Amino acid sequence: MLFFSYFKELVGKEVTVELKNDLAIRGILHSVDQYLNIKLENTRVVDQDKYPHLLSVRNCFIRGSVVRYVQLPPDGVDIDILHDATRREARGG
Amino acid sequence: MSYGPGLQSLIDQTISVITNDGRHIVGILKGFDQATNIILDESHERVYSTKEGVQQLVLGLYIIRGDNISVVGELDEELDANLDLSKLRAHPLKPVIH
Repeated sequence: MLFFSYFKELVGKEVTVELKNDLAIRGILHSVDQYLNIKLENTRVVDQDKYPHLLSVRNCFIRGSVVRYVQLPPDGVDIDILHDATRREARGG
Repeated sequence: MSYGPGLQSLIDQTISVITNDGRHIVGILKGFDQATNIILDESHERVYSTKEGVQQLVLGLYIIRGDNISVVGELDEELDANLDLSKLRAHPLKPVIH
């Protein structure tokens, strides 16, 4: 549940999601769910010339199981809060 | 608290699906469930090649199993109409490797 809560805090920020098929999609985080499925708005594929497949798509739903990385804005991350939450989760689990 | 994927807003809209084997399928979203299985009406597959333009294969009414889905995108009809698919050259998408 930690990352679900963490991503909820990031709604509205711009992120880049790199998928397991090497596709990378940049967009504003609209919502996230318990499976860490991600909905992005104002999407642009990172290498549009190589991947023109999603040129007509501006909003998308990305299945959590296919995400490799979620690249976050550095100023969107409060490392201390993350540390504390992780410590608490590690203790409880 | 166990609600399904937020695909409700896309029902009856034209969507663009990227599958785990790298296929690109376009159709109208008619239904979905908690496992992201989807029902796609009037669907067609867009086959990309580096040698010739995009080929469109008519599929019809399809169910796509959720565990084979990577991306569900809302297709903007205006943007799509501006695309000249016969001029588009691209490598096919790579399959997903877990």
